[in-house]
Amino acid sequence: MNGNWQLFSTFGFFIVLLFVCGAYCLVVTRSMIRAIIGIELLIKAVTLLIILAGNMTGQVALAQSLVITIIIVEVVIAATAAGIALSVFRHTDSLDVRSLKNLKG
Amino acid sequence: MGLLILTTMAALWTVMARSLLKATIGLAITSAAIAIIIFRLNSPLAAVFELSVCAGLITAIFVSTISLTKPLTHKEILQVSKDRIKRYWYLPVILAIVGALLIFMKARQDFTMIQAPGSPLDVRTMLWDFRRLDLLGQVMILIAGALGVVLLFGENKNDER
Repeated sequence: MNGNWQLFSTFGFFIVLLFVCGAYCLVVTRSMIRAIIGIELLIKAVTLLIILAGNMTGQVALAQSLVITIIIVEVVIAATAAGIALSVFRHTDSLDVRSLKNLKG
Repeated sequence: MGLLILTTMAALWTVMARSLLKATIGLAITSAAIAIIIFRLNSPLAAVFELSVCAGLITAIFVSTISLTKPLTHKEILQVSKDRIKRYWYLPVILAIVGALLIFMKARQDFTMIQAPGSPLDVRTMLWDFRRLDLLGQVMILIAGALGVVLLFGENKNDER
């Protein structure tokens, strides 16, 4: 059990660091592409956590199938968000999220 | 351990890189390192997906988006960095305080892993037999994403005319 805890705490530390990197990127940036990159980093941290949990509980197949679903959703999010960013850039000539103020009701 | 450090360093580089292209390359390196970690955690199929889709396809999407948009000049990037430091100087302080609290907090040492019910199955059996409804949802998400991208690009074509 101590070995399990050791593995989980080591991985957990780095997963939290990865999550913090993604959250920091989302909080600080004003560029839409950087915001998408931040979301990608957050999703990667979650992916790693699910695989770790699957490995530790012996349910590797379930974890893998969940991760495949996550990756598919991740690609759709990235493609759609990049399309929206491109569309916004063509309308406002900027990738700055502040340029979307005109959408305010 | 080395791979975990590489992943974190690549993620830090991704976040701190001034050029968007460098940030994208950093994200690809992070994905590749995570794929190796996943492979070593006995999940080869997920590792293949992570490497081919996340490190390959998503990087291609980002690079093509960056090439279609106008990047900031070096002077603008420096200005943005200075503004960022002024606006968010307190974030590292908060992070350090939270980290210190977590380290000094007494962690539960009697950590027990909950075993999921049922025997471990093959990933294909799990995906095709037990998660059929989820697969339907995945297909619907894929179609919605494809339609969304087509609509966004189609709108741009009309604008150019």
